[in-house]
Amino acid sequence: MALEDICNFKDKPTHKTFPFYASEDTSVSVFTEAFNFKWRGEMTSKKASDVPLEFHVPSLFKRPSSRASHSVSVRRPFPLSHGTTTLGFIFQGGVIAAADTRASAGGLVACPAVHKITPIHSHLVVTSSGSGADCMLWERILTREIRLYQLRHKRRLSISGTAKLLSLMLHPFKGTDVCVALTLCGWDKLIYVCSDGARLQGDIFSVGSGSPYAYGVLDRSLSWSLNKEEAILLAREAVFRATHRDAYSGNNVDLFHVTAEGWRQRQREDLKEEYYRDMEKRGKKMDLTGLFS
Amino acid sequence: MFVSQNFGESGKMKEYHYAGPTEHRFSPYAFNGGTVLAVAGEDFAIVASDTRLSEGYSIHSRDSPKCYKLTDTTVLGCSGFHGDCLTLTKIIDARLKMYKHSNNKTMTSGAIAAMLSTILYSRRFFPYYVYNIIGGLDEQGKGAVYSFDPVGSYQRDTYKAGGSASAMLQPLLDNQIGFKNMEGVEHVPLTKDKAVQLVKDVFVSAAERDVYTGDALRICIVTKEGIEEQNIPLRKD
Repeated sequence: MALEDICNFKDKPTHKTFPFYASEDTSVSVFTEAFNFKWRGEMTSKKASDVPLEFHVPSLFKRPSSRASHSVSVRRPFPLSHGTTTLGFIFQGGVIAAADTRASAGGLVACPAVHKITPIHSHLVVTSSGSGADCMLWERILTREIRLYQLRHKRRLSISGTAKLLSLMLHPFKGTDVCVALTLCGWDKLIYVCSDGARLQGDIFSVGSGSPYAYGVLDRSLSWSLNKEEAILLAREAVFRATHRDAYSGNNVDLFHVTAEGWRQRQREDLKEEYYRDMEKRGKKMDLTGLFS
Repeated sequence: MFVSQNFGESGKMKEYHYAGPTEHRFSPYAFNGGTVLAVAGEDFAIVASDTRLSEGYSIHSRDSPKCYKLTDTTVLGCSGFHGDCLTLTKIIDARLKMYKHSNNKTMTSGAIAAMLSTILYSRRFFPYYVYNIIGGLDEQGKGAVYSFDPVGSYQRDTYKAGGSASAMLQPLLDNQIGFKNMEGVEHVPLTKDKAVQLVKDVFVSAAERDVYTGDALRICIVTKEGIEEQNIPLRKD
């Protein structure tokens, strides 16, 4: 599809006339080409280079002012996955990104081994928190757009540019249910983007339900002059303490280290072992009544 | 102490006091029950589901399996709201045909999973109330299981249970297939026959404790020879 866009190949978009779009429901298309966003009432012929992401917005409750109203929605009978601890910080040896691996939906652990840190390209890694499906899809869209930019302009988009692009793509969904809070970790920069519209650059970010606990650990020991091993241990400790206290974080810890040469992933580690080691160090009797965070 | 709970805040009795008008809204969703399970092995994948279709206190059908064969190497199990399951499978079948006609090859399991994720997310603001699990063989011939949430978040797993009895089955699978919560056991790889027997046992347990699961069990075993189906009766009460 990228090749088609570049060649301006005009192909009839077959999936637009798909019968499952009922005629009286509004169909919403998000155009991600050149920051051109608009709401469309019906499907007409489009430029071949636009590849829209169609959203089906229900029109069950017909109110006169509801055309662009996002507060109208069907009540969902199931909970979506939320709850996490992710963190990122800069130090002299690059950037460390760490996250837990639990996805919870209501009170159930929907998945104990999710990847919350995904690489976008060789020098950019993004940590996600918020609703699992939203993060997964928006990361995919972001990866696609960055790749298209690279192919069209023969250079990579900067991290600030990527953050701005993501923020602009999320803007039409402000006020809806979409809950996305991503931290873009480049080799020298950390930028936090969220679906409410915030776009912040900083030296240290922690996002999610376990973030207060992670901030506590990080604020105590973080300094610019840490070496690589100390930084990794600190990030791991922060996630471990957060998973211990926060019910919605747990299971394993993922760690990425981004430098000017690219990102490197540390092997996923089960925090159960860390808990036992910690207990032994404190000299307490090991408590085996299932306190695996 | 026990009697005082019958009185509410204002001193009026709770059961006999009219609390005010409540608004009833039309809900476009219904819950039709059912449990789906998928297990991936070294060179096989198993997708199993019960065949009961219920709504509220009634059973609509005892023979409504929730496994749908998509290609020769992929089976989809969907449970939740039956209307959305039917529409979703129709859409997937149509998209599979379109892919086949424009690309001249069958979609692989991984590609179907990615496509299903985008189909589900396109309905982010009016979701399909369906819990999907895809089981099949990947391009290398190894078993693959992809589990989804109703809005399209997905993940490749070794085993997953979805549907009404999923919270009961998933811990049992974690223990027997993932060897979680056991110390000092040898991690024996799962053979096909052992996996099929485990699936049967697990569904018998689910039928004991979950009212929406029962009647019969449909197992689809995907290997490179094709898809074999088995039907096993379960409790009908």
